[in-house]
Amino acid sequence: MIDWTIVREMLPAFWHGLQMTLLLLVTSAVAGLLLSVPLSVARSARSPWARWPVFGFTFVIRGTPLLVQLFILYYGLPQFGVIRNSTLWPLLRDPWFCAWAAFTLNTTAYTTEIFAGAIRTTPAGEIEAARAMGLTRAQVFRDVFWPGAWRRALPQYGNEIIQLMHATALASTVTIVEILRVGRDVYTNYLKIPESFGMAAVFYLGLTLVLAGLFRLLERHFLRHLDPRASATPMPEPVKASAHA
Amino acid sequence: MRKTLAALSVFALALPAFAQDQVRIGVEGNYPPFSQVSPDGTLSGFDIDIANAVCAQMKADCTLVQQEWDGMIPALAANKFDMIVASMTITDERKKVVDFSDPYYDVPSRFIAAEGAFGGYSPEELAGKTIIVLRNSPRAQYLEATYPDSRILAVDREPAVYLELAAGRGDIAFGSSVVSAEAFLKQPEGEGFEQVGETLTLTDSVDGGVGIAMRKGDEALKTRVNEALAAIMQDGSYAKMAAQYFDFDITPPHARK
Repeated sequence: MIDWTIVREMLPAFWHGLQMTLLLLVTSAVAGLLLSVPLSVARSARSPWARWPVFGFTFVIRGTPLLVQLFILYYGLPQFGVIRNSTLWPLLRDPWFCAWAAFTLNTTAYTTEIFAGAIRTTPAGEIEAARAMGLTRAQVFRDVFWPGAWRRALPQYGNEIIQLMHATALASTVTIVEILRVGRDVYTNYLKIPESFGMAAVFYLGLTLVLAGLFRLLERHFLRHLDPRASATPMPEPVKASAHA
Repeated sequence: MRKTLAALSVFALALPAFAQDQVRIGVEGNYPPFSQVSPDGTLSGFDIDIANAVCAQMKADCTLVQQEWDGMIPALAANKFDMIVASMTITDERKKVVDFSDPYYDVPSRFIAAEGAFGGYSPEELAGKTIIVLRNSPRAQYLEATYPDSRILAVDREPAVYLELAAGRGDIAFGSSVVSAEAFLKQPEGEGFEQVGETLTLTDSVDGGVGIAMRKGDEALKTRVNEALAAIMQDGSYAKMAAQYFDFDITPPHARK
């Protein structure tokens, strides 16, 4: 049923598409992570001057579809001569930059809220204890406050990155040739579903498996204290001892 | 009981005949002035008029189905509609997967760019420049083969070709000479742009031009469509419809007198 000659012929195209999807994912995920750490601290700060602007940003971004944000960046901004004559234009002219910017803004908003939630659930006692030991504010943040928040946020953050990976498919609407765009081209040219969207689905599934595995490793490292097996598995020595007896 | 069965069998017998006159037509909506969707959601344009006129001539009960350009032939193959009236250029590649009616119009392609930006359109002159074109179209294939040293920005709707040109994402666009003239140059957004060089005909086969596509082997429908097309070209209604949109002759060469 599957025409393997089409699959083999289109494999290089899918390979290029996969690289483009990965490039979009990694660059926007890294930028989003770097931006959302300070923003989440501001979001959970006591001062309304820090809190409200960040809330406004996450509210607007999380309250509108990503596709709309992408179209506003890609089609909307160039309609203004001011922008076309600005120094930003060489960047905004590039479809890739528009997609990257839209994905980064979007994941920053969601990640900021995930981290802010984790920060808000920091037990007050931890901070008090750290302060009582005479740690500076920076030390408290680096050694007590952030490691705890990061651990609480990690499972949700993993989901956000996998969703971001699926969202990169939207880049196909602004001329970027990533996995879905290759799938659509195969569909248009060969009129076959398994060889086009089926193949695209296989690539996305593979990527999801890899990402889920990566985050499982991260969780095993950072959340070891929550793993029942890690604490419940008997130590090797007692086993040996009982075997002798 | 027997009566019900009899009624049912009559109904079953009548079904095929009834279904014959139900014709679903795939149209696009992103290719002004051939097809466009007005703000209130209604379809209009030359393709739409042709579809309706052919239907009236065939005395068929027609439904227009709007479909994105990208999935046009797949949707026909998947039986979402029975024929495509969407300015589809007749090409050898497409003829492998669909049957075409006789051409119902013929429009050449043309380059378009900012006024004075280009004197000509030779591959040397466009080397290193970005050319905007509709993805998966004969024009895109032509560019890939003829302009290997140019960058190609392939967009997925014909109006996007001109949107991107106006937005400055490419240096020159390659589109339908009619769409660029009617839907772009005559609009405020098209100010400061001009067509570059003469018109180009990409298909050199005798049945070049734009045809109505049908599933392969749908001979009965093809005959009816061709008869309907010939009839509206003969009785003058074709010319009347065309005159609403174009101030030049778009009749395909085979039908010109």
